[in-house]
Amino acid sequence: MPKLTIDDLKRIKEETTKATALRHDGEVRIKITVHMGTCGIAAGAREVMKSLMAEMAEADRQDIRVVTSGCMGMCSSEPNITVEVIDSEPIVYQHMDANRTRQVFRRHVLQGEVQTDFALAKL
Amino acid sequence: MRELSLHILDVVENGITAGAGRIEIRVEESLAADRLKLTVRDDGPGMPPEKASNPEDPFITSRTTRRVGLGLSLLAAAARRCEGDLTVAAEPGRGTEVAAVFRHSHIDRAPLGDVAATLAMLIIGNPHIDFAYSHTVDGDEFSLDTRELSEGGADLSDPGTVRLVEQGIREALATMNRNSGREETSHAQADH
Repeated sequence: MPKLTIDDLKRIKEETTKATALRHDGEVRIKITVHMGTCGIAAGAREVMKSLMAEMAEADRQDIRVVTSGCMGMCSSEPNITVEVIDSEPIVYQHMDANRTRQVFRRHVLQGEVQTDFALAKL
Repeated sequence: MRELSLHILDVVENGITAGAGRIEIRVEESLAADRLKLTVRDDGPGMPPEKASNPEDPFITSRTTRRVGLGLSLLAAAARRCEGDLTVAAEPGRGTEVAAVFRHSHIDRAPLGDVAATLAMLIIGNPHIDFAYSHTVDGDEFSLDTRELSEGGADLSDPGTVRLVEQGIREALATMNRNSGREETSHAQADH
């Protein structure tokens, strides 16, 4: 049985309609961290990440990066994500799910409106 | 955890936090022997002897944010529930290998779940780390090596590309499951 190869990726890409634009290596202006410790994973961090990925693919913005990190010690409020926009304080969001993540991405990340209802803290 | 793939995600994240550069994940399903084995091997710094000799003790942890680490304890409990076991081989400086064995058909065995999503999350969240995945069902095998994909020109820091990878894994695993005459992971692949 097969190994996933570049050719497979090309084929799948051709099958899916949307072609991703060429990347330009620009400056990263916004960093989104998904906390993926045991606590975060058990609470649903993977679904949060999944929803972020879908939003990222749609937004197709080169200046946004999504990264994962470990637990930050606030396990009872997991899944947590931290949004860091250049030149402003990082915001930690708590009890995230796919929908809340979409809202934070569209409002805070894309439009700059901090979603205070979901926020746990300013760092 | 609801899915074994979440345990995989968790153990792999341990390796990443420990500073590994390459992580190998193996899923071996033997329907004939009624056995399922998960192996995660990293090339990180290994564990200190104290933890390696007692990997499931939640109170021996290198973490600094709190004093309890539950990842391996939960996996060990999940394996034992299913007439299986957890083994950890680690030496300082030589990486760590975590292996969990389950009775495949055990009623308490969590479904493997959405492996494709787990791998996609790992890849997109850790573009500087190489992941090798291999999955066997009896004689059938599927494998993936992100280093080869990158060398072939795939940009794995691009969410669009990683979605294609995820789709590729999902298709390949579904084919493999169909070939083995079952749809084991399908119900867990639906979005929660």
